[in-house]
Amino acid sequence: MALDRSDVEKIAHLARLQISEQDIPEYTTTLSSILDLVNQMQAVDTADVAPMSHPLDAVQRLRTDEVSEPNKRDHLQTVAPAVENGLFQVPKVIE
Amino acid sequence: MFEKTLAELAQGLNSGEFSSVELTQAYLQRIKEQDSHYNSYISVTEEQAVAQAEAADARRAKGEAGPFTGLPIAHKDLFCTEGVRTSCGSKMLDNFISPYNATVVEKFNQAGAVTLGKTNMDEFAMGSSNESSFYGPSRNPWDTDRVPGGSSGGSAAAVAARLAPAATGTDTGGSIRQPAALTGITGIKPTYGRVSRFGMVAFASSLDQGGPMTRTAEDAAMMLNVMTGFDPKDSTSLDQAVPDFTADLNQPLKGLKIGLPKEYFGEGIDAGIAEQIQAAIKEYEAMGAEIKDISLPNTHLAIPAYYIVAPAEASSNLSRFDGVRYGYRCENPVDLEDLYKRSRGEGFGPEVQRRIMVGTYALSEGFYDAYYKKALQIRRLIKQDFANALAEVDVIMGPTTPHPSWKLGEKSADPVAMYMEDIFTISLNLAGLPGMSVPCGFSNGLPVGLQIIGNYLAESRLLNVAHMFQQATDWHTKAPEGLA
Repeated sequence: MALDRSDVEKIAHLARLQISEQDIPEYTTTLSSILDLVNQMQAVDTADVAPMSHPLDAVQRLRTDEVSEPNKRDHLQTVAPAVENGLFQVPKVIE
Repeated sequence: MFEKTLAELAQGLNSGEFSSVELTQAYLQRIKEQDSHYNSYISVTEEQAVAQAEAADARRAKGEAGPFTGLPIAHKDLFCTEGVRTSCGSKMLDNFISPYNATVVEKFNQAGAVTLGKTNMDEFAMGSSNESSFYGPSRNPWDTDRVPGGSSGGSAAAVAARLAPAATGTDTGGSIRQPAALTGITGIKPTYGRVSRFGMVAFASSLDQGGPMTRTAEDAAMMLNVMTGFDPKDSTSLDQAVPDFTADLNQPLKGLKIGLPKEYFGEGIDAGIAEQIQAAIKEYEAMGAEIKDISLPNTHLAIPAYYIVAPAEASSNLSRFDGVRYGYRCENPVDLEDLYKRSRGEGFGPEVQRRIMVGTYALSEGFYDAYYKKALQIRRLIKQDFANALAEVDVIMGPTTPHPSWKLGEKSADPVAMYMEDIFTISLNLAGLPGMSVPCGFSNGLPVGLQIIGNYLAESRLLNVAHMFQQATDWHTKAPEGLA
């Protein structure tokens, strides 16, 4: 299945990835060849097969709604790029 | 000392032949002298290692040592280790000093193990050669012009080069078994959910599973005794009793039913590998095993289904790397979108970006039924293949990989060619089954791995089957030539 340049640009935007102009042809080729590979699935009739999302068909485990962890905000924010008063800093969003 | 297995090192510590500090210092010295040839470590945690070894010796002096106390190991650099860089082989996490421990790391710490350092890997565990690492490829100790496999290539190279007696790895599509095969060591991927994923940087959450990479099946059993068990912090952790994995190692194999899938012995397999696998099967026959021809008819669909499921889950998991909370952030972002896009564009390497884009495409509007749902349906067909086969046989055997190790750069230009190297390992991750690779000979001087596949929770059986082979053969004791 052949993707074109605009497909790759659209996918990169959806994935929030800045890719350089010069890398687009290579991504277009390799992504197309990966889609060719995965499209081998389409030859199989799976109409009556239930999708399997967990190998042992386990269901989500629930716990009681109780506080179990202490607040470690300051400790966890030691690895953040920019923090002020316990908040993560990002470029201005609202004028 | 460097030829000793974990089990032998434990005896040495118990008998007082050497202390944990002496053992740890010897390994740290060897890493310093030798690892420039293999690039198997991203970080060596010398100070912490010595402190842990001193604590282990003190614990032993008080008579409180357990089976793993004082034994040095290395962790794949995607297990979070508090206070130590956990890079995942990526520029994105090059500056990430983990503020907490993965459950696996915590369990080894509690057991008194010593962490020598963090091993090299393909970026975010995406790769089969270790070449996608931000820190440069690790190299195969059997031929340093060749790849050690991946993604746990650094762990494999470190164990094969005797730079660690054992290491942890993770396996999403073969990342423990394939590098184990390519470097002549033993590796086991347990049943999905046996080993906690908490603190293991996520790649594809429904497939990821941690496990040991060792010199012997006995050592793998010792590691599993520490690593496995229910963890409330992992939402898919199995709430199952954990046996003593060393208890059944010596069970005789008379009457063991071994299935050989015809799909694992077809065209496209290296002749030397085919020969060594047949010889290994003969060895099992001599031990009283019965051989049965079986079929896993959907084998050819495993790689196509995997390259939807894994990238789709990866694109979702890796959305957390946004330059805001931790990890790499680009310089001078003009707005929030620029911050996201350039932090991710500059922080992730090409293979990771490729897989994020495949996953994003497969999950984008209008494609869900054609891709993700279809892949999950094929997953069930693959699981059913194994269920049918394992109703008739105890274990399934075949080659771990179709080819031995290849030259650095040989398959880099064609991602799909590289993906095909995981053809025999990937289907187990899709099915969630345990699988193991054990050394069974050489093809043109390069190690060959025998894959042993068992039923859910049958790790003890796999270890038993592997251990008896290692009692009858000496392939697992072979060391690369030229090791200092």
